Amino acid sequence: MTAPIVVSGLMKDFGSTRALDHLDLTVSAGEVHGFLGPNGAGKTTTIRVLLGLLRRDAGDVWLLGGDPWRDAATLHRRLAYVPGEVNLWPNLTGGEVIDLLGTLRGGLDRVRRAELLQRFALDPTKRCRAYSKGNRQKVALVAAFASDVELYLLDEPTSGLDPLMETVFQDVVRERRESGRTVLLSSHILSEVEALCDRVTIVRAGRTAESGTLHQLRHLTRTCVVVETSRSVAELAGLPGVHDLSPDGPRTRFSVDQDELNHVLERLVALDVRSLASSPPTLEELFLRHYGDEIASGRTDTELAGVR
Amino acid sequence: MNAFAGTGRMIRLALRRDRFTAPVWVLALAGFLAATTALWAEELSTVADLIQEMRVTAASPGIRMLGLASGASVGAYTMVRDFLLVAVLAALMSTFAVVRHTRQGEETGRAELIGAAVVGRHAPLAAALIVTVAMNVVLAAVMGLAMVAAGQPAAGSFTAGAAVAAVGLAFAGVAAVTSQLTSSTRGASGMAAGVLGLAFLTSGIGNMAGHPDPSGLWVQSAWPAWLSPIGWGQQMRPFGGDNWWPLALAVGLFAVCAVAAAVLVGRRDFGHGMLPQRTGHAQAGRALRSTLGLAFRLQRGALLGWAVGLFGFGLVMGGLVGQVRDSTGTSRDWYTRMGGSDAILDAYRASIMQMAGMAAAIYAVQVLLRLRSEEADGPLEPVLATATSRFRWVAGHAVITVLGATAMVLLFTLGTALAAGRVLGDPAGQLRMLLAASIVQLPAVLVIGAIVIAAVGLVPRYAGAVSWAVLMAAILVGPLFGDTLNLPQWVQDLSPFTHVPKVPAVPLTAAPVLALLAVVAALALTGLVSLRHRDLALPA
Repeated sequence: MTAPIVVSGLMKDFGSTRALDHLDLTVSAGEVHGFLGPNGAGKTTTIRVLLGLLRRDAGDVWLLGGDPWRDAATLHRRLAYVPGEVNLWPNLTGGEVIDLLGTLRGGLDRVRRAELLQRFALDPTKRCRAYSKGNRQKVALVAAFASDVELYLLDEPTSGLDPLMETVFQDVVRERRESGRTVLLSSHILSEVEALCDRVTIVRAGRTAESGTLHQLRHLTRTCVVVETSRSVAELAGLPGVHDLSPDGPRTRFSVDQDELNHVLERLVALDVRSLASSPPTLEELFLRHYGDEIASGRTDTELAGVR
Repeated sequence: MNAFAGTGRMIRLALRRDRFTAPVWVLALAGFLAATTALWAEELSTVADLIQEMRVTAASPGIRMLGLASGASVGAYTMVRDFLLVAVLAALMSTFAVVRHTRQGEETGRAELIGAAVVGRHAPLAAALIVTVAMNVVLAAVMGLAMVAAGQPAAGSFTAGAAVAAVGLAFAGVAAVTSQLTSSTRGASGMAAGVLGLAFLTSGIGNMAGHPDPSGLWVQSAWPAWLSPIGWGQQMRPFGGDNWWPLALAVGLFAVCAVAAAVLVGRRDFGHGMLPQRTGHAQAGRALRSTLGLAFRLQRGALLGWAVGLFGFGLVMGGLVGQVRDSTGTSRDWYTRMGGSDAILDAYRASIMQMAGMAAAIYAVQVLLRLRSEEADGPLEPVLATATSRFRWVAGHAVITVLGATAMVLLFTLGTALAAGRVLGDPAGQLRMLLAASIVQLPAVLVIGAIVIAAVGLVPRYAGAVSWAVLMAAILVGPLFGDTLNLPQWVQDLSPFTHVPKVPAVPLTAAPVLALLAVVAALALTGLVSLRHRDLALPA
């Protein structure tokens, strides 16, 4: 079975702005795949190309084994989508929108619809103009998850949800994965991605910066060490793989490349360790490693890629 | 904090946002007025011509409905021909401006950002009204100058400008109130447009029920004309006495509405209207669960409003058959020229059916432009992410539009037949006589609709402007105005309405109908193909 999403070398320009620049993305069947990047990195553009709403300028895009531009309507029977900015018809109720979108997709499960409405605590009789951003997002989430499809494309689906609803969302996504569905989850909420995703792809300025399991990606990064020793730690500064050495009260803080960790620990023992704490890199640190240089040099998000 | 704090800044923001829109409105209206004035000055160069034309307009109840005669002069004739159109457009200009700067801001959430800054509760409304009043004052002055430039006396010219601005001013007030009543931009504009329709009907009925004075050049209106802001503008009698006091009625209505709107602002919650938000169905009915059902649901409001309007319009036009039948001389000539036959009643029937066709075309443009707003505002995105192709989405709206336009001409026909049947007897016979004439209007309506689809496909960002401009042009060079504007035949032939057979005055022929349908197919196909091959212009 081929992977539900295979994108390679995808290019997309809007006028003179390059939104996607040789983007690669592969999502395997049955996984929850995190799609990470700051605003303007090209996440929404990629998803819209995958949906056949935008046309690719160059590159290969395969969705559920078909061409998303040519076979859009046919392929869409097998997927459900939650847009990042949910704009609905102000005079229709949430319940009507859920049924309409479900029917247009090819049918929805009434039992699951009722169950999801309850879990997300959504009142389906209100008109869409009366919903807050979070509630509009819930309408789109219920409409998507009430359909039994192979693939869910979720574009920052929880940016308006409160923490309680975020938990409900994570439960629902896990249930879907357990029943063998595939999820592409675009997000910049790192805790959500860490909690849910099997693999992640990090995009930056329309280009894939990193892709792999969280475990693999962590190998590429540094472990943070806080240590208190009786002897001076000055000599550590010269060791290969040691970075950002700085005093932290009576302790010393530094980070160390994964490959050098063992070697550095041997040297620490010789300095008579009194206390030691080490923490694996968080996704946040991973993220900052990719975008830190832009943040440091003061470049804005829009300059990174121009278009979301 | 002062309730008006920040009004100055809000005014500057409104002016910045309207820096293109406002001048385009003002210049287009004034340019249209100057061009048509010059045209009629050339056409009606002798006093005898003027007197003859003016007697027709004063004598015919149908024309009295559309314009008020106030003496034999080029300026007064221009007012008969142009005033209603220009006044309605000025009212729409004011309505859109007020709604844009009040309700639209709340609906989109922009006003929330502003309300959190040092801006008083009444500042947005005050700024919107000040800017709109200023637009109307400038409109009055520019229109006056335009008519002077077209060679008309200054006193009448500036009265004409003020009379148009009086209508604009009154509707600035009306829109200020409707913006407080409903919680949506569409609702606020729609409600104000409904009031505008009523204003047109009451002033029209007042003038129709009036009578010409002994000179035959001046119409004394009946009392309903005084219930309408459009009537007030007409009673200012530009070029026919220059009576300024009805302007006070418009200013008074504006002031009352402005105060009422300010009181409502103080009583309602931010983002809500005065009318309560009702809850709706928890599930979609069977009828809504398809692209066709969705298109019907989205067009339903416009459909109902237009249906009532066209049925009423039909009743009014049908009720006039008695006067038309008994008309003589120049007035009779006008109908036979318009309708293309010497049988006066058939000529009249053909001419009013053409008006119904044009009204149905306006309806078609309005509802089909929903295609564009669905794309630009974003609700299209989740729809096309389902198993719905772009073609099916357009088809849903197109089918409902065709059915709606058909219903419009049929309702007009029904109204006409009922009212004419009361006068002439045999309503069923009247209906049979009109049925072919009503259906034959549809190909021309469909051409206009297909132009909207082509514009949405080819130039999505300008689809609204292109569609409305083409429609206005098609009406202006078409049979209703083209002849009186002395346009060369090839220009008149550019309008689809020119090619509609003038049934029942002349026999129905298939060739022009088939040609129009071929144009429909070509335009619609162009639109669909280009829509299929372009990126969607969705919100970021």
